[in-house]
Amino acid sequence: MIRTLGWVLRRDLLLVFRRRGDVINALVFFVIVVSLFPLGVGPEASQLRNMAPGVLWVSALLACMLSLARLFAPDHQDGTLEQMLLAGEPLVVIVLGKIMAHWLVSGLPLVLIAPLLGLQFDLPADALAVLCFSLLIGTPVLSLIGAVGAALTLGVRGSGALVALLVLPLYVPVLIFGAGSVGATASGTGAEAHLLLLGGFLALALVLAPWASAAALRIAME
Amino acid sequence: MLEGRQLECTRGERRLFSDLSFKLDRGQLLRVAGANGSGKTSLLRIMCGLVAPSTGELLWQGRSIRAEREEYSRNLVFIGHLNALKDDLTALENLQVAAALAGLPAGAARMLTGLDRFGIAHCAELPAKVLSQGQRRRVALARLALSDAVPLWILDEPFSALDVGAVVELERLLASHLASGGMVVLTTHQEVEVVAQTVLRVDLDRYSAALLAA
Repeated sequence: MIRTLGWVLRRDLLLVFRRRGDVINALVFFVIVVSLFPLGVGPEASQLRNMAPGVLWVSALLACMLSLARLFAPDHQDGTLEQMLLAGEPLVVIVLGKIMAHWLVSGLPLVLIAPLLGLQFDLPADALAVLCFSLLIGTPVLSLIGAVGAALTLGVRGSGALVALLVLPLYVPVLIFGAGSVGATASGTGAEAHLLLLGGFLALALVLAPWASAAALRIAME
Repeated sequence: MLEGRQLECTRGERRLFSDLSFKLDRGQLLRVAGANGSGKTSLLRIMCGLVAPSTGELLWQGRSIRAEREEYSRNLVFIGHLNALKDDLTALENLQVAAALAGLPAGAARMLTGLDRFGIAHCAELPAKVLSQGQRRRVALARLALSDAVPLWILDEPFSALDVGAVVELERLLASHLASGGMVVLTTHQEVEVVAQTVLRVDLDRYSAALLAA
């Protein structure tokens, strides 16, 4: 089982490595969207500080959603997904491997670059640390929930818009508590409660989302 | 042993075939024949467990295939009309991933013998996107050369895009699999000569809904 997980992870990371452009696109998208706000709103420092958590989190959410189309659709097109369904290993394990690869490629880079972008908004050091940490536990939830949406819309025409409609409402709690944690640090009330709730979301999504995606994939292949 | 009981397949509003029963034993080859659109691929996908039949059931060793899906999957190789190759991976990597997911040993040396069997060992390090249609088919079929221990092979048009040499090689591979007690289900439009104890034939045109209505 671990071997299968390892192979799926290795395969997906290798595929991404051969097609680096896709990842870079999502990352550049994140950087540009975040940078547009200070330019548009103006250089008022206190205003920027207030809106920073929300802007960063919404941009991370959108960047993550951009890459969902790559999660299952290419494998569906060339028949490799079919083979995964017949792999003789639980499909959940394979799906989990694909989700992990997706997060490593489209979630983790956002976490790493976020503090740099936070500086544009004049965020203090402790808020930057909380921002990073909230993204670290929040972005895997985005990948997990996104996988369910991507699996449900597999093979449907115009699936890009449909994924957004399905997935964005489910992202709302993550957005509220993710951005809330940074805001709470800035206002001095402490981020623990928000971060604990985010951790709870992660645990819940980790348990439910792979199963839901696997079931949705089986339905999509019928 | 694979057994189908009163299978029926409906696609949308159309009933493709119904009341189809068969029994496939060790060493036997089942050839699914039928006109285009008669439901050959659908039947094969039902046999793999990818699609559920509208009615009827499939039994593997007397147990329903839907009850023990993973166990059943370990006992079969399916090669569909899509080659299931990633364009950005090399032929060798494609084969390794396929073998690893199927639970087979995935050592590079073993993969190379599989590729060599179909005469494409020299393409092992090339990405699949630069291979020709026939070469891609050969890479997909190379999986069979690694799967002699897997009893049930389900092949959808395995001979398409192959040249004469590869056809002969595939026929030889199928014959030796059957001789060692394997089972093969295939669809093909070509006349193939596979040495088997018994060749069963399911002609889907005979099970088609139009005929039943008449």
